[in-house]
Amino acid sequence: MWPDPAFGDAGAMSVIEVTDLRKSYGGRAAVDGVSLAVEEGEIFGILGPNGAGKTTTVECVEGLRVPDAGRVRVTGLDPVADHARVARVLGAQLQQSELQPKLTVREALELYASFYPRPLDWAPLAERLGLTAQLTTRFARLSGGQKQRLFIALALIGNPRVVVLDELTTGLDPRARRDTWQLIEDVRASGVTVLLVTHFMEEAQRLCDRIAVIDKGRVAALDTPAGLIRRSAGATVISFTPSAPLDDGELAALPALASVDRKEGRITLAGTDETVNAVITLLARHRVTAHQLRVVDATLDDAFLDLTNTDTKADTADTADTADTKETAS
Amino acid sequence: MSTAVLRTEVRLFRREPGAIFWILLFPTLLLVILGSIPGFREHQSDLGGLRTIDVYVPVAVLLGLIVGGLQSMPQTLTGYRERGILRRMATTPVRPSALLSAQMAVYGGAALASALLALVTGRLAFGVRLPEQPLGYLLALLLAVLVALALGSVVSALSRTTKIAGAIGSAVFFPSMFCAGVWLPVQSMPHLMARIVDCTPFGAAAQALNQAAAGHWPGWGHLGVLAAWILLLTGAAVRWFRWE
Repeated sequence: MWPDPAFGDAGAMSVIEVTDLRKSYGGRAAVDGVSLAVEEGEIFGILGPNGAGKTTTVECVEGLRVPDAGRVRVTGLDPVADHARVARVLGAQLQQSELQPKLTVREALELYASFYPRPLDWAPLAERLGLTAQLTTRFARLSGGQKQRLFIALALIGNPRVVVLDELTTGLDPRARRDTWQLIEDVRASGVTVLLVTHFMEEAQRLCDRIAVIDKGRVAALDTPAGLIRRSAGATVISFTPSAPLDDGELAALPALASVDRKEGRITLAGTDETVNAVITLLARHRVTAHQLRVVDATLDDAFLDLTNTDTKADTADTADTADTKETAS
Repeated sequence: MSTAVLRTEVRLFRREPGAIFWILLFPTLLLVILGSIPGFREHQSDLGGLRTIDVYVPVAVLLGLIVGGLQSMPQTLTGYRERGILRRMATTPVRPSALLSAQMAVYGGAALASALLALVTGRLAFGVRLPEQPLGYLLALLLAVLVALALGSVVSALSRTTKIAGAIGSAVFFPSMFCAGVWLPVQSMPHLMARIVDCTPFGAAAQALNQAAAGHWPGWGHLGVLAAWILLLTGAAVRWFRWE
């Protein structure tokens, strides 16, 4: 889809350009030389373990933080020096923020719409986000999911060219999460560029055209979701229960094999398509039947764990399930 | 200043019955209670022939702006920062300073309305004469409002959480009320104490208001003390205020 997965379309000006960004808090580098470019009309994901520097990076893009070093440009403008102009084209949904407790949903939408020169009509937007029944509800009385949807609406109300969504679907139930994904795809289809910070692999895999995996303040990999998966050692996983024992040595000799695992008579192999073909040949040669044969592509999860550091593995596996873990960088 | 933000903050203020009572109604209520005591409606020689109720009208006028500026505003502003409301506003073309100035306008306006209510009630219920030097009175009152807002901003700047804002606010609140003469009007204070109180923001404000009420142009000394405090406190608030 993109000419060069790492740098996008080199001819056009990128909507967001981050070059060698650095930001430290109290001597600890939160962002340590991040470079990336987000092209017009794409959904660009930033993925990484907690505290990797994802939020700090997007806060520099939003103009909320002043970088220690490096260059940030949004539609060619400096988000700090040219704040007002950048704010008019950039809609933001922050990871942790609230509104005045007694402000109603409708008042919030009208207020934020008044900040922009060409805002969207708030009523259809509220309907798209399922907030029509809550228009007269005060912010403090909204559920977590309703608050989240309101903040997505506020990010879009200014009719922005680019939206930055930080932990977009955190706090949403699975159905609302899927609805929100559809909404983001619609938003992109209308020509808006999306920068998405997430720790949900499924979300990144489903939505993103390209993903930057950030770890310890640096870009560990930048590619399409499929490209990231291909990079991981075991891109294809074959599992089966053989009708007769198979020789370990023969399994280990399979081409492009990344790992072998035996558990309760079931064999799980990670490798490539080449490995799959070789396994089938091996089974046929020994006239062994493979019960419950499954061949699945590795997920972004596997690629992510490969790319980010080993000592964070347990941590990141957890965060894929627990919705409310927060990055502690700020 | 964004008018949409101001409109919203006015609307939100109207949803705070507590703030409305303590800023708008409580000072006048106190005036009515004190005025209901017969002895307070008699002329006192140690007050220069004035009645106690006469000297309490300026106290009531100051009370509303002390409550609004030192108790309510720092709580609201610190809450806005604590909850990330200022941060959210910072990502829009309207800067979070719009919220700050709207808050000041709301509490400044409420304090002025409270002052007006106290003056009118004093006049109608107890025959307290309206300020005989209205321009001087208005000037002193505006400076008093500004000093209350500036002091409240410093409280908010120094407070990381609403709890701290409440604590610091109260710590400043009671001395401020004392200086304004809530317990003992400045005119009745012993000489040395009155001299010291004259140097405080609300002591100077009380004196300036009293002079203007009596028909004199408020002393430049008192106005100067107020102006100095406004500059000092505003500078401190600007220096220490954090958006997040």
